[in-house]
Amino acid sequence: MKPVYLDNNATTQVAPDVLREMQPFLSDYYGNPSSMHTFGGQLHRKIEDSREMVASIIGVSPEEIIFTSCGTESDNTALMSAVESFPRKKHLITTKVEHPAVLNFCRHLARKGYRVTYLPVNNLGQLDMDFLLKSLDEDTVLVSIMYANNETGVLFPIQEIAEMLRERDILFHTDAVQVVGKIPIDLKTLPVDMLSLSGHKLHAPKGVGALYVRKGTRFSPYIIGGHQENGRRAGTENVASIIALGKACQLALENIQEESRNVSALRDKLENALLKCCPDVRVNGDTEHRLPNTTNVSFEYVEGEAILLRLNEYGVCASSGSACTSGSLEPSHVLRAMGVPYTAVHGSIRFSLSRYTSDDEINKVIEIMPLIIKELRQLSPFGREKFSCPSS
Amino acid sequence: MLSIICLMQLKLSCVDLERILCINVTMWEYTDKVKNAFLHPRNAGEIADADAVGEVGSIVCGDALKIFLKIDKETGKITDAKFQTFGCASAIASSSALTEMVKGKNLDEASRITNKDIADHLGGLPDQKMHCSVMGREALEAAIASYRGETFPLETKEKVICKCFDVTEDKIRKVAIENHLTTVDEITNYTKAGGGCGECVKDINDILVDLWSVKKLEKPPHPKKLTNLQKIALIQEIIESEIRPGLQADNGDLELVDVEGPKVIVELRGMCTGCAMSDVTIGRIQQKLRELVSEDIVVETHG
Repeated sequence: MKPVYLDNNATTQVAPDVLREMQPFLSDYYGNPSSMHTFGGQLHRKIEDSREMVASIIGVSPEEIIFTSCGTESDNTALMSAVESFPRKKHLITTKVEHPAVLNFCRHLARKGYRVTYLPVNNLGQLDMDFLLKSLDEDTVLVSIMYANNETGVLFPIQEIAEMLRERDILFHTDAVQVVGKIPIDLKTLPVDMLSLSGHKLHAPKGVGALYVRKGTRFSPYIIGGHQENGRRAGTENVASIIALGKACQLALENIQEESRNVSALRDKLENALLKCCPDVRVNGDTEHRLPNTTNVSFEYVEGEAILLRLNEYGVCASSGSACTSGSLEPSHVLRAMGVPYTAVHGSIRFSLSRYTSDDEINKVIEIMPLIIKELRQLSPFGREKFSCPSS
Repeated sequence: MLSIICLMQLKLSCVDLERILCINVTMWEYTDKVKNAFLHPRNAGEIADADAVGEVGSIVCGDALKIFLKIDKETGKITDAKFQTFGCASAIASSSALTEMVKGKNLDEASRITNKDIADHLGGLPDQKMHCSVMGREALEAAIASYRGETFPLETKEKVICKCFDVTEDKIRKVAIENHLTTVDEITNYTKAGGGCGECVKDINDILVDLWSVKKLEKPPHPKKLTNLQKIALIQEIIESEIRPGLQADNGDLELVDVEGPKVIVELRGMCTGCAMSDVTIGRIQQKLRELVSEDIVVETHG
């Protein structure tokens, strides 16, 4: 049975066209792009073609793109480059709801003596802009704020932040891993200095990402070795995956408006049905400024892992911010930062759709979800008087 | 992982240890029995005229269990048992298992059920989920205590060690002894203590040191007297084989500088230098050397 895959913020299916495009470079064309012979050297041209496609999805020049191994490497590189390039400045600003790739790297820097400000969010997951403004000082080396949150899909006002920081001449990095390919981005009018993206979130395979570094931005490489990527990221290129990333960007760019509309229509259908199906269900985060594919819904009185495993029985894949699924006993740091009550955090489920999500699949989830919630609430000692879901 | 110091049998986590690790327990890690008990729980529901009710956990903590017992007054036998559980798959499965296990037992037999029995009944639970079995046992204890007119928990001095999950010292000690737990990570898996903000990790470790070093006194003293040369060689060997690998795994290191009578002088290197936990690290090394070499050893840092 083909799974109903609604966990696309975790990873996505490789697009068939992308797979086709990359395959020859895993078999016949196995050369090293740095070689002097044509067999290897010709791959260099392919990588540059791919770089152009990646550049075009965010509206930048190809030479501003550095290929990396993943979103985390892009994030780590951006942060490390900033602190290495400006060694006298010792203050960073990020948010409490960042991905661990940024958050934990900031904590790592904090242990090494850096001062880090973690910006709070309100109960809709929106950033406190005044707090950001007040936190800036002469010692601030970098502000790193995600474009959209991976758990809730909430979009931060990146345009406003970028312009504010540009005025003050402060370096700005954004982790746009969840955004690239989902909504249009044009860095010609958006003054960020560095931007991270990841292949496997937009239908390319795992193991490839990119970092955009604006021309004129001081840069210090994180991985040191050979001359690849103009000396900015050493290591023999992951040729097939880089080609795949280029193709994935091309595909995404071709259909971004239409896909975004279709996906958000399905997402809204699912969300509205879930809100109607049972009492004590809530959507977490700002629904006005949100990625088109994501909904984070909390079902009170039941626990997320239990919901996920029941969904799993029906072949439906989603994820949860509950403690039991994080392996850490503490539930989602994002939902807690938003002040979502613990009762709702434990029962939070994230559905994240993609261009491959069909209406039938959404109908299936709408059909089974009330049954699952009803069954689990019947097991639960809490909220028993409040249900039940009218079975459809 | 830089800040995890692994030494001997005691794993210490620095207070600032990053806890947003994503190690998902997936469906695959559950046994078929757990899956089955979760998907088709037995004895779910409540008994309106129950003779005993036991309730543990809370919605805030992420799991809660309420057990209802029907008890024959003449024989003391549990004739019926039901549960209501808010929690993950293993919490629901543990509850289901517990109700199956107690039926037909008298109260004394039931009170001897351990958390391990519950886990075994399910063909085992993943390490991170052992606290679900502990919760089951506690709910049963609470129910039996209420039936007997006792208060639960039975302990009088209630020192809360883990404020995040409201876990007392008595519970940590009890679970540690019953399940032979020697590391903080194990305590976290079984009780959740230390799994939140991490502030109590050191306290838990102190409890474990206290608990198991008391036990160690029962062991016979070192059988033979070592010559000075043998003693130095033995210290060097223990440092090489048992201490340095753990430190190196966390990018730390240690070097033996000198041995003067009972004094062992070492120098911390790498990430250990200036680590907030270095005093604790030295304490662990001293404990290990006292255990394996001589009971009068004092470890000091060089310079």
